[in-house]
Amino acid sequence: MKVSVKVNGATYEREVEPRTLLAYFLRESCGLTGTHVGCDTSSCGCCVVVLDAERAVKSCTMFAAQADGHEVLTVEGLAQGGTLHPIQQGFWDQHGLQCGFCTPGMILATYALLHHNPNPTEAEIREGLAGNLCRCTGYQNIVKAVQQAAEKMHEPASAAS
Amino acid sequence: MIPASFEYVRAHSADEALAHLQQHGSEARVLAGGQSLIPAMRFRLARPAVLVDINPIKDLSYVKRDGAVLAIGAIARDSDLERASWLSERRWSLFYDVSRVVADPVVRQTGTVVGSLCHNDPAGDWTAVALAARADIVVRGAAGLRTVAIDDFLIDSFATAVADGEMAIEARFPTPDDRSAGSYQKVERKVGDFATAAAAVQVSLNTDGTIRQAGIALSAAGSTAVRVAAAEGLLARQKPSADLLRAAGAAASERSVPQGDLRGSVEYKKHLAGVLVERGLRQALARLGVQV
Repeated sequence: MKVSVKVNGATYEREVEPRTLLAYFLRESCGLTGTHVGCDTSSCGCCVVVLDAERAVKSCTMFAAQADGHEVLTVEGLAQGGTLHPIQQGFWDQHGLQCGFCTPGMILATYALLHHNPNPTEAEIREGLAGNLCRCTGYQNIVKAVQQAAEKMHEPASAAS
Repeated sequence: MIPASFEYVRAHSADEALAHLQQHGSEARVLAGGQSLIPAMRFRLARPAVLVDINPIKDLSYVKRDGAVLAIGAIARDSDLERASWLSERRWSLFYDVSRVVADPVVRQTGTVVGSLCHNDPAGDWTAVALAARADIVVRGAAGLRTVAIDDFLIDSFATAVADGEMAIEARFPTPDDRSAGSYQKVERKVGDFATAAAAVQVSLNTDGTIRQAGIALSAAGSTAVRVAAAEGLLARQKPSADLLRAAGAAASERSVPQGDLRGSVEYKKHLAGVLVERGLRQALARLGVQV
């Protein structure tokens, strides 16, 4: 079947089997390998992308067919003109990663978290990211990264530049 | 792993979904959130020939209260309920509790309440809550709508009263009165895991402080979630006391018929069922200002 998915603002029209999972569509049909596949069983959250600008979804547990006509945001779509998104900058500044494998999923889960709750408490950050596993950091710096991002995203655009 | 091949059809209305389901009968499965179904398909535990995607049916995405009833449509996400501001009202405390421990926070943005009930995993969360809260499920088929009490809805592991060619379109929960509170107690190995054991408790008090009605149910305690009718009977018309709560816990432990697995032995899970019911009752009563 033919699907048309807007990924990071660009439209990808591709022929897929109905059983094609969104994670594999992104990686293999669109060539966007920033979305990682970790556990492949909906447990680890490495494959999280954002659907229609507000909903985090594990792309290994959704069919590409379901994304037909929808918008997907992956980690490749965050930086604008070479400037990192405040969430990416937060992970960079706070050392919110070591090996980096879980990072795209962490960042996209954070994106949806901050969309719905722009000013989360530390507990809300920890709970909000509980569906994403990291084997390196011990999570402390990830929480700091999200706190920094939330703060930066509150600043008016002029102050941020 | 990749699921076996299937035919994918998209329904934009309940009428369209019904037409597909009736055409394909037992070959077809409804795809709502898919957060249980898709993993099952990936493990080849489920191999439906046809998937009927109901996600485009936007008019089934509601979570609405009309006074007497909380109605949750077939594609309302767990997160829609979790984010509802009124959920922090005392009367909805059972729902507040469960909305924060179903699966994990990302899965909840896609998973649905009605889908979870229809999946009927023996260790699911919503099935136990639906029993304790005395839910009804609205099922639509060729003959029109029928309303099925949750006790009759949960037939067996992964089997419900929804027949081939039918779909569940709404879960209905009676609004608890203002002397009601609940609690959901779940022991899980990690966030997102199924319950090792879980207890859903709903309590309503009379003005004289006696218990008007209690709803007690367990998850991971048998082939489906189970109502602990013996505990409900013990509690009715009684004044809350430590002995009474202990007796209700013992009845729950007795009623639990868990399977031993990596999450725990039969003995441990039976014990846990009793502890969690007692703990849940104590918390529900504390929310009502009654310390036991």
